[in-house]
Formats: sequence, structure tokens, C-alpha cells
Amino acid sequence: MGGHSNWPEWIYVGIVIALMTWVGAEAWEAERLVEHVPEDVEIIKVTGQQWFWTFEHEDGTKEIGELHVEAGKAYKFEVMAKDVNHSFNIHDYVVLIDAIPGRVNTVWFAPDAPGVHDIQCREYCGLIHYNMRGTLYVEEPSS
Amino acid sequence: MVLELQKPRPIWQIMFSTHHTDVGLLYLITSLGFLFLGGALALAIRAELFLPGAQIIADAMTFNRIFTVHGTTLIFLFIIPFASAVGNYYVPIMVRYKDMAYPKLNAIAFWMIPPSGALIWLGFADFTWYATPPYSIISAPGPAADMWIFGLKILGISSVLGAINFVVTILKCKHPDMSIGQVPLLAWSFLSSSLIILVAIPTFAAALLMLLTDRLGVSGFFNPALGGDPIAYAHLFWFTFHPEVYVLVIPAIGMMYEIIPRFSRKPIFSYNSGVFAFVLLSIVGFSSWAHHMYATGMSFTEKTVFMVGTLAAVPASAMHVFNFIATMWNGRIRFSTPMMWAVGGIALFFSAGAGGVVNSAMPLDFTTHDTYWVVGHFHLFVMGTIAFGSIGYLYYMFPYVTGRMYNETMGKIHFILSFVGTVLVFFTQHVLGLYGMPRRIFDYPPIPEWIAMNQIASIGAMVIGVSMAIFLANMIYSSGKGDLADTDDPFGLGGKYYYPFEAKNPSH
Repeated sequence: MGGHSNWPEWIYVGIVIALMTWVGAEAWEAERLVEHVPEDVEIIKVTGQQWFWTFEHEDGTKEIGELHVEAGKAYKFEVMAKDVNHSFNIHDYVVLIDAIPGRVNTVWFAPDAPGVHDIQCREYCGLIHYNMRGTLYVEEPSS
Repeated sequence: MVLELQKPRPIWQIMFSTHHTDVGLLYLITSLGFLFLGGALALAIRAELFLPGAQIIADAMTFNRIFTVHGTTLIFLFIIPFASAVGNYYVPIMVRYKDMAYPKLNAIAFWMIPPSGALIWLGFADFTWYATPPYSIISAPGPAADMWIFGLKILGISSVLGAINFVVTILKCKHPDMSIGQVPLLAWSFLSSSLIILVAIPTFAAALLMLLTDRLGVSGFFNPALGGDPIAYAHLFWFTFHPEVYVLVIPAIGMMYEIIPRFSRKPIFSYNSGVFAFVLLSIVGFSSWAHHMYATGMSFTEKTVFMVGTLAAVPASAMHVFNFIATMWNGRIRFSTPMMWAVGGIALFFSAGAGGVVNSAMPLDFTTHDTYWVVGHFHLFVMGTIAFGSIGYLYYMFPYVTGRMYNETMGKIHFILSFVGTVLVFFTQHVLGLYGMPRRIFDYPPIPEWIAMNQIASIGAMVIGVSMAIFLANMIYSSGKGDLADTDDPFGLGGKYYYPFEAKNPSH
């Protein structure tokens, strides 16, 4: 050991640091865009409890286990929990936020095309966690 | 170098001994016992998930209990005690001292493990290894949950006692002629991981007490109904358990640092960079805990800080990989069983790390968080890296401990099946995560992609199960009836064994 030169390792570490910096910068930029909420969002209140989801639209309509939205509109979810932690997830639209009792977390999305997607709970919440599922119906715009 | 007394002794003499090799043997047997118990639970989980619907496990509650005890067992009762076994055997020898610094404390630290193992197994709690409140406070059935809390409490004390012992042995009891810069990398890995334990564990110890009093109803630290905050628990938990990841992985890397130069018949490429990477990893390991919590509603700034802290750990891990590959470069490599496990472990360590970068990038984490991607990712660490390094090291120390040689062919079959199985299970689970399958679920809807991926993963798990049966047979048979080993050079490497500080060896 001792005298041998270690420049290959320094080059390698430099490349790794450069790669990580690039990953970090890209992630920062993407997240900044993702978290920018449009101004004309409709608010949907989402409540998780063992073991189903309840939704309340701005006009007061309530839905259990099913959520109907219109394509082309932006929606902001205000996510709460009644008993234990849950995690509100629409995987197809990368919507994910924990539902934590005592807190209101928000996440927004804008479905682009009509379709049917799964809603699920992604945080362990007990016995029926595996079946705490719902369905998202994205419908044709009404106007 | 012989690590065990060859003279047969009654078992109680080993059990009540405080000699470091005897305590090491106790740690070794206990940890391997729990490896097989925890592994059996893993097979049950994979068999259950082979198809949608209930297969072999009757109900969701049993399933939840099984994955909780599976995780708790393999992390706290296999990985950590196994590292302690290796540390007990090797650290005193490497620092040229007669025993651990505090032999009685050492035996006490070991004897805390069986009762806590019994508490965890007899209780069979269901709130996952993360014991997340408020579920663990208001919903999890006792006494299982309370037994789990006490079991973890005792294990925490055992870890702290063991860590103090390693730190004192290495820093205070090393031979006066030996500077800290000559201590082999395996001992350095124990020094780093022990220091992390001493800083990290007290936080979780406090959180466990708060969880217990919350369960008893006399406090409301984490109970929103009493004004508490579950997120506080998440911070306390991950402040201990993200650094704990490095506690688990650093000794395994230290073990690879023993194996790889020996079987490459070359000195380690850079001792200094190995030490530097250990120290760096144990410091930056404390700057990334909340990357487990992106989805809890953290602000953009908090997420950015913890993403940077997480990415900062990558260069240090990458330095180890570089060091291993540069050591093997141009070496006269002998692919005996230990070397195969170590090299396989490096490959999987790299894959696990690459997957980890994806998790740490904020927007991508919202795709992978709490899905099977995460399960695949951390299993590539705990199984692919840590268990591979540990099992490789077990084969490596087998002749020194038993005086006999294991069956080389069975060892190689064990490796090949385990490697194939690990790739089948855990790479597939990454894909499952991208399809959106949440973790910790007893049953899943019959989505064709999910079924296909789950079936590949379950078949892989059975392949690992078969390999582990071969392993068990090999260990039991060879320790009693195996060929006598040449304890000077059991692997036929020729020449003198390399220690990093003895690289002046003239024969190369």
C-alpha cells in the first residue's frame, strides 16, 4: 500500500457525486413543478377510516368508496383520517399522501382522460388494510 | 488460527462461559436459529401471496402477525446477533487482546437476546416492525403489542451494552504497538457501527417508553385524541432506524473486506478509503432519516433537505464497491464458497443502492413509497448484501470454529440457488411496486400483472428455501463429520494470509 496512487478512485467518486447532483437537481425541479397547485382547483375532502374512503365534493355531495370526477379539471384532495394512519393513493396518477388523524394533508391532480382507476390505502392500517380499496371514475367533461 | 477450543465440553460450560469465542458461538447458534425461524415465516408469506385469495394462512390478522414477526426476527434476532458473533470471534484477535474488554457484560448482552426473542415470538404482534401509532396505541391487540415493546426494549439495551464493549475493546484494549490506523477494516466496521448504535438507539428507547405509556392510557404523546402527534413517533423511529440500516450493513461490508483480499490474493486496494468510507457513512447516515416520510405531508424544503442528505450517503457506499472491485482487479481470484457469497453480495449491494437513489428522488418516491418496490429495495440490502456477506463469512470462519471443512459443492449450490432466488424474488418485487401493489397486504385483486409477478417472486422464495435447507444440512453434517481442516490455510490459498497492515508481504 502506501505509495500507490489512488487517482482512479477520485475520478470515480467525482463521477458518482456528479451523477447524484444531477439526480438531485432533476428531482428538485420536477417536484417543484408537481407541487405547484393551479388556481382553479376544486376541493375534495377525503376521509380515511378503518377500512374505507369517504369523499365530499365542494357542492356537498358525498361518496363512499367511489369517486366521480371530470376529465380536464384540476382537483385538490384534503386528506384526513378518523382513527389510524392511512395513505390515500391513486397509483395511475401518482397521487399519494398519508391520511393522519389530527392533520390535513393536501395533494392535487388533474385527470386528463376518461377512465376507471383504482384507489387504495398504502399505509398499514390493520385487519382489512388489504381491501381498503375504492374506484375513481373519470368522466367526460359535462360542459 | 483456531477460534474454538477443540476439546469437547459439556454444553453448560459454553453457556455460562464469558470467553469471547464461547459468547461468539452462542450468538452464532442463536442468530442462525432465528434465521431459519424468520425464513420459515417468509416462505409462509410468499406461499400466501402466490395467488389472490386465502391460500395457506387463514385470515388477515394471522398474516399481519406473521410479517411483523418475520421482519422483527430477521433484523433484530438474526442480523444484529450474527454481526455480534463475528465481532466476538474476531475483534479481540484483530486488536490482539485476550478477550473483550468486559467479558461479563458481553455474556449479559448475549443473554438478553433469548428472553426478548421469546417475548416477540410468544406475543406475535401485528403492528409491523414499525409499530406505527395511532394503530399501535388504539388498535393493536395486547398483550402481543406490549410483549413486542418489552422485547425490543431489552434488545436495545443488549445492543448498547455490546456496542460499548466493542468501542472499548477496539480503542482501549488494542495492542500498544498497534495504531488505530492499523486496525483491520473488519474491526473498523464494528467501531463505526457501535458508535452509530450509541448515538441512535436512545432515541428509539425513549419512543418505545412513550408508546408503552400511550398504550396504557397515561400519556398521549402520539395519540391525536389526546393532543399527541403520530408524526413525532415517525421522526423518533426513523432517527434511530435509518442509521440502524448502516449498523446492519457496515459489519457485513467489513466481512467482505476480510474475504475479498484473501481470495483475490492481493492486499486491499485502499485501506484508507475503506476507513474513510466507514466513518463518512456513519456520519451522513444521520442526515437522511426523514426520507422515509416524504408522504406524511412534509414541506418542499424539508423534503429537499432530506433528499440531499440521502444522496450524500451514495458516494461513501460507492467507495466500498470501488474498493472491492479494485482489490479483485488483476488478483489471482479463487472462487471458493465465501468469495462467491461476497462477490454476489457486492453485485446485489450495487443493485440495492441504485434502487435507493430512485426512492430518494422526491417525485419518484411517490410512485414507490409503501409499495412492493420498497420491500424489494430493502430486502436487496438485508438479504442480498447483509445476509450474503454474513453467510459468506460463516463459510469463511467455519473451519476455524469447528476445525472441520464444510462441503464445498453444497456450499456452491447453496450460493447459486440463493443468488438466483434472491434475484427472482426481490427484482420482481421492484416491478410489482411499479405496478402499484402496496406492501403489507394479505390479499390482492386479481390483476394479471400482479399475479404473474407474485408467482415469480414466490417461486424464487421457494428456491431460497431449498438452498437454505442444503445450507442447514451442510452445516450440521460438516461440523460433526466433515473432513478435518488445515487450519493454517483451509482454503488452499497458499502463502501467508493478508492483513491490510501486513501488505508488505514479499511473495506478491
